[in-house]
Amino acid sequence: MKVMLVDDSRTIRNIQKNVLAQLGHTDIMEAGDGVEALKLLEHDTPSLVLIDWNMPNMDGITLVRKIREKNKTLPLIMCTTEAQKDRVIEAIKAGVNNYVVKPFNVESLAEKIAQTMNKVGSAAAPAAAQ
Amino acid sequence: MDVKFINPFIQSVVRVFETMVHVKMSVGKPYLKSEDHSAADVSGIIGFSGDAAGAVVISFSTDVACKSASQFAGITIDPQHPDFADAIGELANMVAGNAKKEFTDLNIKISLPSVVIGKQFTVSNSRTAPRIVIPCKCELGDIYVEVAMEVMRNPATGTPKTAAVGA
Ligand SMILES: [Mg+2]
Repeated sequence: MKVMLVDDSRTIRNIQKNVLAQLGHTDIMEAGDGVEALKLLEHDTPSLVLIDWNMPNMDGITLVRKIREKNKTLPLIMCTTEAQKDRVIEAIKAGVNNYVVKPFNVESLAEKIAQTMNKVGSAAAPAAAQ
Repeated sequence: MDVKFINPFIQSVVRVFETMVHVKMSVGKPYLKSEDHSAADVSGIIGFSGDAAGAVVISFSTDVACKSASQFAGITIDPQHPDFADAIGELANMVAGNAKKEFTDLNIKISLPSVVIGKQFTVSNSRTAPRIVIPCKCELGDIYVEVAMEVMRNPATGTPKTAAVGA
């Protein structure tokens, strides 16, 4: 499974990469902002995208909306220090599948990733059976 | 001093360092800072806009900044490392973002982090509001969180309000 990490902090991307490696996912794409992420998505479709909110050039909420214009099913997890309830609601309305608040511990991030992929998997299964 | 503005930053710095740097932080008594320059070696700065104006600054000695960045990133980071400023900036970002969520009535935007390496810089906007210093201690050493925050709008009525942090 290929995972795309979008965060302007390389330190955060490295920590996320370590968590994903522990889960057995080592096929990683990285972007430092929304513009870079959209460019990468033109040529490649990952199975999951982790998206930061506050980034230069294009922020995460705009990126989520842009992705959802074209792709309704790609699993998206917002991973951000934005923790206010109205922000979480805004992100869910924009189409994220899950939300991780920074600071996060390794276990909670791993759990949210597993949870998201399970949900997506079980939602896709009945459709595939039809 | 109105602690309701300062408490979110105290809780946030403790939470961020415990979760991401893996150290227990003890927090001393906050105090008012009169001079508008910083004598710290390394500072991570996040500005506020929207319903509040001001900034939060996390200051370190070079040694404590390196240790904090290293434990956060899980690799050894010195000031020459390309991720040094990135790590310090992201710690400041998380402290600001987490404190912000406690101000539920206010729509506050936080800036992208900026990191200043070198002593004696002046924090812009510092004359608009008193600056409160939260002295913090952990096994890595001393860390200072400076907060200057002025509420620009009364949450209940939408009218401008002049009360500042610590006023
Ligand atoms: Mg960011």
